[in-house]
Amino acid sequence: MTSTPTNQQQPNAGATGWAGIRAFVRERWDLVTLVVLAVAPLVVPALGGALGGQVTTLFIYCILALGLNVMVGYTGLVHLGIASFFGIGAYLMAILTVPMYPFQIGFLAATIVSVLATAGIGLALGAPTLRLRGDYLAIVTLGFGEVVKVTLRNLEQITGGMKGLNPVPPPGAGVKIAGIDLGLAFAIDPRWFYYLSLLALAGVVVAMRRLEQSRLGRAWVAVREDELAASAMGISATRVKLSAFAMSSAVAGLAGCLYAASLSTTADPNAYDFNRSIMVLCAVILGGLGSIPGTILGVAILVGFDTVLAPWADSWIQQMNINPSGSSLLSFSGWRLAIFGLALVLVMRYRPEGLVPSRRLAAELHEDHA
Amino acid sequence: MSVQFFLQQCLIGLTNGALVALVALGYTMVYGIIGLINFAHGDLIMLGACLALSLVTALGLATAGPTATWLGIALLIVACGLFCGTLNVCVDRIVYKPLRNAPKLAPLVSAIGVSFIFMNIGLFWIGPSDRSFPELLPSTNLLPGEGLQFTWKDLLVLVVVVPLMLGLSLLVKTTRLGRAMRAVSQDPTAAALVGVDVDRVIAATFFIGGALGGAASVIYGLYINTIGFQMGFQNGLYAFTAAVLGGIGSIPGAVVGGLVIGFVRSLSSAYVGERWTGAIVFAILIVILVFRPEGLLGRRTKEKV
Repeated sequence: MTSTPTNQQQPNAGATGWAGIRAFVRERWDLVTLVVLAVAPLVVPALGGALGGQVTTLFIYCILALGLNVMVGYTGLVHLGIASFFGIGAYLMAILTVPMYPFQIGFLAATIVSVLATAGIGLALGAPTLRLRGDYLAIVTLGFGEVVKVTLRNLEQITGGMKGLNPVPPPGAGVKIAGIDLGLAFAIDPRWFYYLSLLALAGVVVAMRRLEQSRLGRAWVAVREDELAASAMGISATRVKLSAFAMSSAVAGLAGCLYAASLSTTADPNAYDFNRSIMVLCAVILGGLGSIPGTILGVAILVGFDTVLAPWADSWIQQMNINPSGSSLLSFSGWRLAIFGLALVLVMRYRPEGLVPSRRLAAELHEDHA
Repeated sequence: MSVQFFLQQCLIGLTNGALVALVALGYTMVYGIIGLINFAHGDLIMLGACLALSLVTALGLATAGPTATWLGIALLIVACGLFCGTLNVCVDRIVYKPLRNAPKLAPLVSAIGVSFIFMNIGLFWIGPSDRSFPELLPSTNLLPGEGLQFTWKDLLVLVVVVPLMLGLSLLVKTTRLGRAMRAVSQDPTAAALVGVDVDRVIAATFFIGGALGGAASVIYGLYINTIGFQMGFQNGLYAFTAAVLGGIGSIPGAVVGGLVIGFVRSLSSAYVGERWTGAIVFAILIVILVFRPEGLLGRRTKEKV
């Protein structure tokens, strides 16, 4: 399987009209999505308001999920504590920038330091635990997540306890371009953060694609497929797994930095608990393990459902006056968990490879039917 | 900080640990037989506690006399055991059974999905806020002297948990079903080849694990006195940790793990502070797994080739 069917079609060579456009969208979905997302704030005025912030959060979760995908999707290691690395990134960003601490370095420098530090913490956790079998490793990551959450909550002198650390200054605070304070621009118009996180997401997607094709990326997949065979081919399984662990942590840390900066606070430690880890894990599996478009779609569906669709449906029900008594049975968010759970069960039953599977995994899952 | 205080914490740890162990058995049995981390187990117990609360209200147990109370508690344990066991078997039939040959992550994610559905049912059943479970047992001290507290509630935990565990280990060690369970957990294909009805054995395992959880849910209500639709997660987490700590798949391991978790929780709450308990429990788990990757009593298994 050296080249894929869509590559052979050469879609926009001879095709014209509607079919040509569809083929082009199918082939270059990434470019089309990017252009649509880049133009959207100029056309849709709502993105300059609260919706812009929500979509920014969505981009940040996409980055987080792509980080998790390195471990769960490519390398096949179950990770139940990704939100703790997200949280560590957010708190490091805050510690390096808030006025409470003496550091107050710029956004870019703080991001670089936090990402490196998160990767280091990932290595420190991974090095002693990676020899554990699958489910034991899963429980270690889960346990680490709980330890981090409890620590963040209780070390009030350092992390601000339940209040979290704030205010995290916006990127470019104090930097003046053509007489305008860049930080002020970020603070006033959510579209600045929209573009910043879109840029970061695009960068992560490009990096992941390059990684997938690289020596390291292929080693990850080889270890997932068959650790023994991979080590027989001269791949050091431990080093490969450790690199996946570090890469996942680093990308999650990057997402955390953006999260803290865009909210201008770390929020309370519960934002980084097990539920968040599980949600991101479900998004990756729902979309398709090891598949970049799948991961992004999974996040869009799950987070979109939670932050956009559920409140919208609730306000619609309220407007229609279907539920005058305010019973939770008749409100949409009352059913949120059940819908979410049912969706997971049904997808696993009928499409275990996810909505947009990576071709290799899909082939693997259906090999007994073929 | 006297010896007496320490002993008191150990007593609390013992009863707490027994309760954790009872829940952990449900995790470890299911894992031992089909290799699934049953994320929905904690929420199954939450539903059992909801049923127990409804039954207590319906039977009017809060105002009944002592004999009626004890009979009522026995009835609750049987009813919730049957309920949770049956529900667990149904979930296995509908959700996990079609996924037996699917990749390992598929049933895991399904179990997370089932746990969300259970939580939603619990939300509709008892509402979004925590509910208090009536105190059915007198809180008189059963031990002589002033120092150590050991009440009817603590006694109830041990009186229910210890016989259930002994019964379970007898079942697994001596009966035909128990032998079949051990066979399936070692190698389902080979077990099927020698005539074991694998599906029936799996169903029986889900039923027993669920029934133990149902009993645990009643004791939980009577012992902790507060239930809520989100209680399944935290309790499930501790119980699952106990199962892993003891060596997942091993029944004595779950008991040992549960007791360890119980002691660690009560001692760290007493000496370090309650708010650090979660971190200490999981830090100890990580350290133990680093030095003994197969858990305290688990079998050392090689990765399959």
